Amino acid sequence: MDKLMEVRDLKKYFKTPRGTVHAVDGVSFTIERGKTLGVVGESGCGKSTLGRCILRLIEPTEGEVLFEGTDICSAKRRELKKLRKDMQIIFQDPYSSINPRRTVLELIAEPIKFNNIIPNATETDIENRVLELMKIVGIDERLINAYPHELDGGRRQRIGIARALSLQPKFIVCDEPVSALDVSIQAQILNLLRELQHEMGLTYMFITHDLSVVNYFADDIMVMYLGQVVEKAPSEVLFENPMHPYTQALLSAILIPEVGANPHHIKLRGEVTSPIDPPDECRFAKRCNYVTEGCRKGTPPLLEVSPGHFVACHCIKPGGINTLKETVVEESEEICPCPPIE
Amino acid sequence: MSIKTVDTAGKEQAVVSNDDVVLEVEDLVVHYVLKKSVVEAVNGVSFKLKKRRAIGLVGETGAGKTTTALAIMNLVPDPPGVIKNGKITVCGKDMLSMKPHQLEKIRGKDISMIFQDPMTSLNPVMTVGEQIAESVRLHEHVGKHEAMKRAVEMLELVGIPGERAGDYPHQFSGGMKQRVVIAVALACNPSVLIADEPTTALDVTIQAQVLSMMNDLKEKCDTALVMITHDLGVVAKMCDEVAVLYAGRIVEYGTLEDVFNRTMHPYTEGLFNSLPKINNRHAPLKPIPGLMPDPTRLPPGCAFADRCRYATDACRANIPELRRVSDTHSVACSRYEEPGFSIEGWRHG
Amino acid sequence: MSSKVTAQQAVSRQYEKENRALAVWKRLRTNPGAVIGLIILIIMVLLMIYSFLFISYEEIYTIDSKNRFSPPSSEHIFGTDEMGRDLAKRIIYGSRYSLAVAFGAVAIGVIIGTFLGSIAGYFGGWVDNLIMRISDIMSSIPGILLGMVIVTILGPNLLNLLIAVGVTNIAGFIRMARASVLTTKSNEYVESARAIGMSEFRIIFTQVLPNSLSPLIVTATARMATSILAAAGLSFLGFGIAAPKPEWGALISGSRNFINYAPHLCTYPGLFIMLMAFACALLGDGLRDALDPKLKK
Repeated sequence: MDKLMEVRDLKKYFKTPRGTVHAVDGVSFTIERGKTLGVVGESGCGKSTLGRCILRLIEPTEGEVLFEGTDICSAKRRELKKLRKDMQIIFQDPYSSINPRRTVLELIAEPIKFNNIIPNATETDIENRVLELMKIVGIDERLINAYPHELDGGRRQRIGIARALSLQPKFIVCDEPVSALDVSIQAQILNLLRELQHEMGLTYMFITHDLSVVNYFADDIMVMYLGQVVEKAPSEVLFENPMHPYTQALLSAILIPEVGANPHHIKLRGEVTSPIDPPDECRFAKRCNYVTEGCRKGTPPLLEVSPGHFVACHCIKPGGINTLKETVVEESEEICPCPPIE
Repeated sequence: MSIKTVDTAGKEQAVVSNDDVVLEVEDLVVHYVLKKSVVEAVNGVSFKLKKRRAIGLVGETGAGKTTTALAIMNLVPDPPGVIKNGKITVCGKDMLSMKPHQLEKIRGKDISMIFQDPMTSLNPVMTVGEQIAESVRLHEHVGKHEAMKRAVEMLELVGIPGERAGDYPHQFSGGMKQRVVIAVALACNPSVLIADEPTTALDVTIQAQVLSMMNDLKEKCDTALVMITHDLGVVAKMCDEVAVLYAGRIVEYGTLEDVFNRTMHPYTEGLFNSLPKINNRHAPLKPIPGLMPDPTRLPPGCAFADRCRYATDACRANIPELRRVSDTHSVACSRYEEPGFSIEGWRHG
Repeated sequence: MSSKVTAQQAVSRQYEKENRALAVWKRLRTNPGAVIGLIILIIMVLLMIYSFLFISYEEIYTIDSKNRFSPPSSEHIFGTDEMGRDLAKRIIYGSRYSLAVAFGAVAIGVIIGTFLGSIAGYFGGWVDNLIMRISDIMSSIPGILLGMVIVTILGPNLLNLLIAVGVTNIAGFIRMARASVLTTKSNEYVESARAIGMSEFRIIFTQVLPNSLSPLIVTATARMATSILAAAGLSFLGFGIAAPKPEWGALISGSRNFINYAPHLCTYPGLFIMLMAFACALLGDGLRDALDPKLKK
């Protein structure tokens, strides 16, 4: 068991005029070296905020993020700059994540020069390194002087990957790296990320809303709902035996591209509720089809129900004892008129 | 007639008269003429759609899906868009030869369209009830009160309590807004509804809700549906027929089962191979190599040839025609001229 | 390995790298409006150089009472003024003041305004509040009044006029830069720069500002025209360049009493101000398009 990353009770609250948004609310997990943790959830569940807090691109409100034993949250600026070389991020939108006024060469060279990755490097050294990186991520060398607007989404995403790799990181947060891409390009990028992981022993945190992608890509999957982890398990286990009612609903909502493969999905009531000053109860209770009185009493703790399989539900106890009972709720009940905060 | 069993669809097509066809697109060609180049967005698309059926137009960015949809509504932005060729018939009316005031009567009444982004499709300063009522009053001679009553009915139909007719769009969440947009589109009971990626901006669970609702409404309102999407899962759930577009042409066209279970075109095969299999997470992804060709410089032959592993020199020389391989199934691939040719096919996860 | 390195050395040079200045010029060239604007500006600058070399102080100020108010003729192409001085020469001589005010006052506004505005937009919070309130106070005082106060304190000469007009420009550029930075900073490449360890100030000046410049360039060119007018106004009130010096605005205001009798005295300087403003606007519009690589196609 080689823990690369350990997160303990991480919280990120945003103050807004309407109240405090609990974007990430007490998340703990570990990622082992060389593995991929998939983080899934719907928009507003705090998954992107979580990814950025871990890299301290935004300051967490509370909690610890231990990277190889060093607490990132309390690191000083100079330490942080060193740590950031080891921890990189790949962004969702290939159109806004690279500076449109830089050429491919400048874009990839920027982090190398800035962090002095090659000591006493000449322009030629840097250029050679850039060419090497371009080859690794599969950008044709003739594009070295091209501007981003001349390239398609897939190639731009490859530039983003090359920039992240240029610092030789150990850990990369992939924030929806393929959701803005076409299917055929999506597969190219996923395969590239996978190859890189094998060759360089990278560790990923893979944030996505696409369950079929996360199933393909991740070793462990963590399901988030309104800033909290509701279920975490190895991918096979999660897909074979989803225990949390929310996970069950999410999995049933996957549209499989096969004739007759999409019978009925589990209907959830309403939409994601507001993350502003949530009451102390199970956050999913308002939409849950199995809701009981007990669900309104306190936030359920994340319990290990079988080895490696964690669930946060009042009705599920260790050993997989499941007391979920479907409760009949009127369909038209209106839940949430307000959209989640961006 | 039965529309639920796909198996009988083939026979029906031969028997059923043209009266049932609510939308017919013939050899549509749309170009965007820019200063220095011409974007060949749609290059000869033809399909027919019958009452209460749903067709999926599938393809990646730049395949010409949205342009086709806009051309059907005769809404292609001009300039730079030019409809070079083609005939579009909606409920027997020729859309392309009509005057603007005639078109206004048809849009919303016979044919409606919903767009991808529900956030920007609604007017923020009008209540949702007013917006639906407005659409009703544009096309039917009814009083204000009557129109509002219809609006409340429509809201209930899309699963929003009628009391909320007096609320403004910002008081609704994304999924709710898309329901309102659908209510506006269906308010006058159109024969054809075009949905351009209606659920792409929505969350997974909300997407499932909205799609189920659209399926129900299609049955209830007798509407034919043109579903534009890049998501083969959405097609599998919603559509009876599928047209796969690549570089402005239909490369494969058939019933859902034809295209999904008896895939013939290498591009369709490539699309399926690019998707992770939900039941077999270890199955490797086989992406289609390369990129879609530049629509301002389409190759002389098959546009897919450069990315196709079956391509021959002949493929690069001539543009393949859409050939019928069964009553319902057509494919545009020259390799099928050779007897005994078949693609490897893809296996379900 | 070494042979590989040498083979690779020139790769980025093999593929022709666009010279950026040249590329901007190429794009600018295709825009007829910008070319016209540029030509007018170049002519103005040439005229200014000509005035330095060939027009002496005496020629401008010597009174010729026989030739008062003579209309445009082959001898005096723009005619003469109330003291019989050649208007064409005066206008050409005066171009130095107008050009100095146009570029100098705008430069002051752009540099200070952009610096403060981008800091306000980027950091937000109390920094933003402080800077924006200062800018509010500045913009709540009428520009001409603020200019007068500044000139009164510093004394009337060209440099102080320039500062006075420049200061009135600052508030507008603060607002513009702030708004532009606010939209640019939401791009993910800003976060990406932070992820590679860049400091916030470096991010502002290498990532955010270059991508926020377009609206600033357009505002700057528009401001050139208004700066010339503001300087003229101040000159007229006696707070600018002293009377006999042929600043264009001063020329107009000085001859407004004769507008019915000798309309050419107002028309020609006015025409020059208009041409100048027009040229700046055209060039600014063209520059914005040419500087943006996204619009290249």
